[in-house]
Amino acid sequence: MVDLASPMNTSAERPKNAWLAALRTALGYRRTRIGAVITLVVLAIALAGPFLAPYEPSAFVSKPFVKPGAEFWLGTDVRGRDMLSRLLNGGFAVVWMSVAAATIGMILGTTVGLLAAYSRGWLAEILMRTMDVFLALPTIMLVLMVVSLLGPQEWLVVVLVGVSHMPQVARVSQGVAADVASQDFVLFAEALNVPRWKILFREILPNIMTPLLVEYGIRIVWSIAGIAALSVMGYGIQPPDADWGLLINENRGRLATRPLPVLAPALLIALFALGVNLMAEGLSATISGVARKSGAK
Amino acid sequence: MLWRTIGLRLLLGLVTIWAVSVLIFAATNVLPGDAARAILGRAATPEAVAKLQAEMGLDRPLLTQYLGWVSGLVHLDLGKSLVTRGPVMDLVSPRFGNSLILLCVTSVIAIPLSVLAGIAMALTNGRGFDNIANTVLIALAGIPEFIVGIILIVLFSTQVFAILPPTSMVPIGQTVLGNPRVLVLPVATLVLAILPYLARLVRSALIDALSSEYVVTARLKGIPEGQIIVRHALRNSLLPAIQATALSLGYILGGAIVVEFIFQYPGMGTALRDAVGSRDLFVIQAVVLIFACSYVLFNLAADVLSIIVTPRLRG
Repeated sequence: MVDLASPMNTSAERPKNAWLAALRTALGYRRTRIGAVITLVVLAIALAGPFLAPYEPSAFVSKPFVKPGAEFWLGTDVRGRDMLSRLLNGGFAVVWMSVAAATIGMILGTTVGLLAAYSRGWLAEILMRTMDVFLALPTIMLVLMVVSLLGPQEWLVVVLVGVSHMPQVARVSQGVAADVASQDFVLFAEALNVPRWKILFREILPNIMTPLLVEYGIRIVWSIAGIAALSVMGYGIQPPDADWGLLINENRGRLATRPLPVLAPALLIALFALGVNLMAEGLSATISGVARKSGAK
Repeated sequence: MLWRTIGLRLLLGLVTIWAVSVLIFAATNVLPGDAARAILGRAATPEAVAKLQAEMGLDRPLLTQYLGWVSGLVHLDLGKSLVTRGPVMDLVSPRFGNSLILLCVTSVIAIPLSVLAGIAMALTNGRGFDNIANTVLIALAGIPEFIVGIILIVLFSTQVFAILPPTSMVPIGQTVLGNPRVLVLPVATLVLAILPYLARLVRSALIDALSSEYVVTARLKGIPEGQIIVRHALRNSLLPAIQATALSLGYILGGAIVVEFIFQYPGMGTALRDAVGSRDLFVIQAVVLIFACSYVLFNLAADVLSIIVTPRLRG
């Protein structure tokens, strides 16, 4: 006998952790594994770097733009600071800021998207039209506009980049949640008078975890690009602290003759974004992969 | 019916622009950072702040300020720059022109290239060209655009081949059109930024279309493959590509601020960056608003085009 009183039984046949299975499938693709290795290497540099740096990142240790050698492995920067030490110290900010911004964007966007998908009607219309307005203001513009008044503070940049992700995340989550919301097990739960919030978070959310994870990956990639770009323009981490974007800003004047101090941080930012993007690609291939296996290798 | 649908989209676009204008106004006027104080700095005396507030009209009620700003916009009066003291319009319009040139040249190259690459990939689905191109494009999609720009500068204007100017600055009074060489690297960077996105979209839309029932039917009828691709499959895979192109165009105009910054290209992006640096409030408002209007316009154009190419949307 099926116990009709418990709505949880309605979902017993569906794998609760479908996204874990999707992750496992994704790791079977070569591109996901390459992405994971690249990401882990960059994370290791960013997190362990500050402990391995041979010099203080903001200490003036030599003449400007000394060539790489035994004493300074990567040479020195525009002010005569050790390039390797600045590079090893400069990853942490990019990593935490972009992951935090993507997380804020996912939480806000998913909440709006789920509400819109499940309420339908006028509330959905208002929510999604509001998202369209935000969509007309791209990340960097929004951040520059607000930062020009309030000053370039790290938390402000993180929150604003997060908010700028909201409309896209809302669109994606609304799309996938609307499909799930019209399925039988949701209607069944509704018929049993399960509270709406429980249906949203216990029935619908677990079923859209995989597309949301893909979106999370994409949001992290966009956050890296946006936050590093702001930093390159001088609106991120402020000197004398080290930050990969800031290193590009500081050293780009001598790009023609001393490209290494610009290329090294640029390469690490690119690798970080590339690694996360490959993982997101691999995971998204598990969703569409059955139909389009060829593209997923 | 077609006109009614278009009219409705137009109305929605206008509402979006109005909402954006409120948002911009709110962001620059209601936030705790007072504009006059932001300009004068923290050490300014209260009298000096009050004087500048009166000069900028910041002491009036907010609604009056907003209405004044909007009525100015309607008459194409964007206010006066706080830095040059000249009209914002004179400052922004040449920059807008340069950004439009960048936009046109980039899209003339990027859009046909993406469609061609997408077709070539769809036709070799899962084999030779598709595998190579897909891998390259996936890798390219993950790399932030300004880093692509930096790499191009190192390759083509400094270390390897010193053949192109590393920056796009032009003498005052000249446009970028008079100096076409400065366009090459920024255009190449932006093309490489959009290509992965657009080409892969065309590819997957075309693959879907090629495996659909009407294409199978057309094949059974014995219609030549080339004709099937051009007349049937491609036409139906245009729809997502049109929408994606609108987004990309909006991106080039505004989101490429950092690419303009890297090349010091005299467009809207650098205008905004300079205005933020000197806290030139009215220039910031104008640039952001112009961008939002263009974004709405591109999307409107994409909507209208989509309706025209797909009869079933005309209803």
